[in-house]
Amino acid sequence: MMSLMEPALKAPALVTTKLSASHINMVFDRDGKSVSVLEDINLEVSNGEFVCLLGPSGCGKSTLLSTMAGFLSPTHGEIRIDGEAVLGPDPRRIFVFQERGVFPWLTVEGNIEFGLFNQPRSERARRIRHYIKMVGLGGFEKAYPPELSGGMKQRLEVARALAVNPDMLFLDEPFGALDSITRLIMRGELLRIWEAERKTIIFVTHDIDEAVQLADRVVVLSARPAKVQQIVNIDIPHPRDISSARYLELRDGIFKQIGLAHKV
Amino acid sequence: MNLIVRLRPVAFIAVLLVAWQIAITREAAPLLPGPWGVVGGMADLVRHGLLLKYVVASLFRVTWGFLLAAATAIPLGLTIGWYRRAEMALNPIIEILRPISPLAWIPIAILWFGVGDMAAIFLIFVGCFLPLMLTAINAVRGIPAVYLNAGRNFGLSPAHLVFRVLYPAVMPEIIIGLRITLGIAWLVVVAAEMIAVSSGLGFLIIDARNAGNRYDLVVAGMVMIGVIGLLLDMGMKSLEGIKSLQWGYSED
Repeated sequence: MMSLMEPALKAPALVTTKLSASHINMVFDRDGKSVSVLEDINLEVSNGEFVCLLGPSGCGKSTLLSTMAGFLSPTHGEIRIDGEAVLGPDPRRIFVFQERGVFPWLTVEGNIEFGLFNQPRSERARRIRHYIKMVGLGGFEKAYPPELSGGMKQRLEVARALAVNPDMLFLDEPFGALDSITRLIMRGELLRIWEAERKTIIFVTHDIDEAVQLADRVVVLSARPAKVQQIVNIDIPHPRDISSARYLELRDGIFKQIGLAHKV
Repeated sequence: MNLIVRLRPVAFIAVLLVAWQIAITREAAPLLPGPWGVVGGMADLVRHGLLLKYVVASLFRVTWGFLLAAATAIPLGLTIGWYRRAEMALNPIIEILRPISPLAWIPIAILWFGVGDMAAIFLIFVGCFLPLMLTAINAVRGIPAVYLNAGRNFGLSPAHLVFRVLYPAVMPEIIIGLRITLGIAWLVVVAAEMIAVSSGLGFLIIDARNAGNRYDLVVAGMVMIGVIGLLLDMGMKSLEGIKSLQWGYSED
């Protein structure tokens, strides 16, 4: 069934490879036993693409994301971004943790300013203003993170990431800790930002609906050790009608792929 | 309402003082001076210009011992905590030195520095050093990896990572450690002054007893120690009110 799907609708010009993962294997040593977490992951992500890594909890998708971001080195295999091997984290590609990642000792302004130390003062001030407005934190410039709600902290972390103008974002279940209403709003905001700035985004989630709502392509991973089970093109233009036949068809296809009966 | 709540401890102290005075007056041969006698003793000390002199002498020693310990133990502890191997190597030595009371160092302090300020300062330094170092070690090890990863991700050099992530991340715990340690320093100075010097509040207490059983002066010295200890603690606690440290003290 998946093979009948059309390729995703993308801007046809200049589709170049941003990230390529080839034969990624990751073996951890736990209590003297070696545990295989990632097994022969191969993936190519294009410039400006929004890709979701989808898999059950604990399958290794966050490990894969940390490897792509350069926090972990794979046991075998290689990640290349823009043709260069990834050897460590880099400010050109920012990792967004759950809202835990904001620095609680800095104000909203201070957090956004954190990565801008190479910029002149006027440019820093301009970017702070711009991104505070973009993520709707106006009026909270001087507030400290403990005074913010979970959704606001999450938006702050996204703003801090965008402020350094990276060309890639890695998001690790960024909305997992939010209530369902805030989560829906945040998905809309992220898509709005992505459409405005066209960063390449790799987004980890265990939520099938979230993946189908957001991504150009959904990479379905198996349970541990994670292998790429299927890559699904989501060929529905934004804004997506989540009650359309095509949406339901794609979503149910992934449900089946993961082996879940679509009934509670 | 708020005022009444604030005045409640003051009123309670007043009641205790009155009860103390009554108990002393009813006793034919009291084993303790009454509060009125202590006030008289303090007035005596003020008249001879000794109260301020002794308080300053004690605070001088505490300040130097405490600052020297903070300036050495905290950077050292942060470094040890950062390198897990260093911590594993040093842990047995730390655990052996830790249960030794700073007062056990008195003979060595006098041997090395003679009788005088240096010996007292050394004892305070010894009393503060390990608690501060252990606080710093634990503070570093408790930094969530996500802060360090975020710092690295934004391209911070190692020096920047220390000043912009490590240092602010450990501050709340360091402040608590400093507060507890300042209390230790204040305990140690009294004991050190009883043996190693001839000024300060500890010396006042032992001297008042030796030179004429002036127990009003003994208790006056104790009261001063208590009040100054309280003020020092309040001063340190006020640091916990700094906004950029609040996150370290909240329940969340």
